[in-house]
Amino acid sequence: MADIAARAYLDAASSAPLHPVARQALLAALDDGWADPARLYTEARRARQLLDAARETVAGVLAARPDEVAFCASGTQAVQLAVLGGLGGRRRAGDLLVHSAIEHSAVLHAAESHVSGGGRATSVGVSRAGAVDPAEFAAAVRAPGVALAALMTANHEAGTVQPVAEVAAECSAAGVPLYCDAAQSVGRVAIPGGWSLLSASAHKWGGPPGVGVLVVRKGVRYRSPLPADERESGRVPGFGNLPAVVAAAASLRAAESEREAEAGRLWPLVDRIRREVAASVPDVEVAGDPVARLPHLVTFSCLYLDGEALLHALDARGFAVSSGSSCTSSTLTPSHVLEAMGVLSHGNVRISLHRGTTEHDVTRFLAELPGIVADLRATAGVSGL
Amino acid sequence: MIELDCRGLKCPLPVITLARRIAEAEPGETVRVLADDPAARADIPAWCRMKNHDYLGEPEPGTYEIRKKSS
Repeated sequence: MADIAARAYLDAASSAPLHPVARQALLAALDDGWADPARLYTEARRARQLLDAARETVAGVLAARPDEVAFCASGTQAVQLAVLGGLGGRRRAGDLLVHSAIEHSAVLHAAESHVSGGGRATSVGVSRAGAVDPAEFAAAVRAPGVALAALMTANHEAGTVQPVAEVAAECSAAGVPLYCDAAQSVGRVAIPGGWSLLSASAHKWGGPPGVGVLVVRKGVRYRSPLPADERESGRVPGFGNLPAVVAAAASLRAAESEREAEAGRLWPLVDRIRREVAASVPDVEVAGDPVARLPHLVTFSCLYLDGEALLHALDARGFAVSSGSSCTSSTLTPSHVLEAMGVLSHGNVRISLHRGTTEHDVTRFLAELPGIVADLRATAGVSGL
Repeated sequence: MIELDCRGLKCPLPVITLARRIAEAEPGETVRVLADDPAARADIPAWCRMKNHDYLGEPEPGTYEIRKKSS
C-alpha cells in the first residue's frame, strides 16, 4: 500500500481541502456566533454582526450588494432555489427554462422538477470543447415564453469556461434573467457580470461543507418555491449554520486574495498534464478547451479502460481523482457532460488541483499514469488494439 | 456487412469488441454494432474519431453503423 503521506488529493472540484483560514474562523465563530442573529440581546447582536460581516465579504467578492446575498444549506440548495425561484418569479412571462446541456445535475434535476410541474425546458448543446455557441443560446432565449436562462460560468467536468458575458448581453436584450451556477469559478477566476441570479458552494473554494450562496440581483423577480420563513430575506428557510457561514466568508476572502497567484501557479501545471498525458499515454483523449478553461481542472479518457478500475488503481498508488465514466455513477449512465461534448466517456479521469497541490504531486502522477494504464490494458487483454 | 451483437455488454466492452472485430471487415465495409449500454452512444462515435473510421450514425436506437477506413 502507498504511504498515506505520499497521497495526492486531486479532486478539488468535488471538494477542496479546508483552507486554514476557514478552520480558524470556524473555531472562533463556534464560540462567538451560536446565538440567534434575529434576536435583540447582546449575544444575538454579536451573532448578527458576524453574519452581516460574512454577507458583506461574500457580496464584495461577487460584486453584489449585501442584501442580494443569501446563505443556504448547500450549493445544491442554492441551485434549486435559484432555478425554481427564478422561474417562479417570472410565471407571468412564461414557463420555459433554457439551459445548456452541460449544467450540473442539480440544475438539470431542478429543470426536471419544473417540467414535472407542467413547465417546459429547452437544452442547448455544446461544441466538442464543451462550450455553448452564444448565437445558438441567444436564439433559444428569444423564443416566446422564456422565463429563465441558465448557463454555468465554467463546466465542472471539462473545465471549459462558458461565454457568459456574451450570453448575458443577449439575455438582457431579450428581457430574460440569466442564472449562473458559479460553483467551480468562485475563488478561482474572475466572475463575469451581467447575471441576474448566481449560486456558489463554499466547500469548492476551501470553505466548510454545508454553505451555499444564492445571489438574486435587486429588481429581479424571485418567488420562493418553499413555504414562508423570515430568514435570509425570505429566500432560505431555517436557522443557518452561522459558524460555517463565517468560515466560508473568511476563506473566500483568503482565496480571492490568493486567486491570481494560485491561478498563475496551477494553470501551467494543468497545461503540463494536458500535454504530457496526450504524449505519454496511447489512445487517450484530453477533453475540454485548452485555453478557455479553469486554471485548475482537466479531464481525459483512456480508450478500452473501465473508469472505476482506473480510479481504484490510481487510489492504490496514492492519487484521489474522480471519473465521469458510467461504471462510477450510481445510475450506471455516462456523464451527460462528456456525452454532450461527444468525447469518449469510458476510462475517464478528472483531475482538479488546489492550493495544497505541489508540482511534485503532478510530476509523480505523470510518471505513474502511463504504467498504470498499460497494466490495466494488459490485464484486460486490450493492449495494442 | 458484419454485425456485432454487444447487447448485455457493459462499457467499455462494446467498444473493445468493435476494436477487436473490425479486423475481420474489408476496408470500406460497414460494421453494425447492436449495443444497449447507454455509454455506447458517446463512445462508438468517439472511438471512430480516434481511430479514423467513419461513424455513419444510429439508424435505430441501439444500432450503430461504422465504415472501416480504407487503408
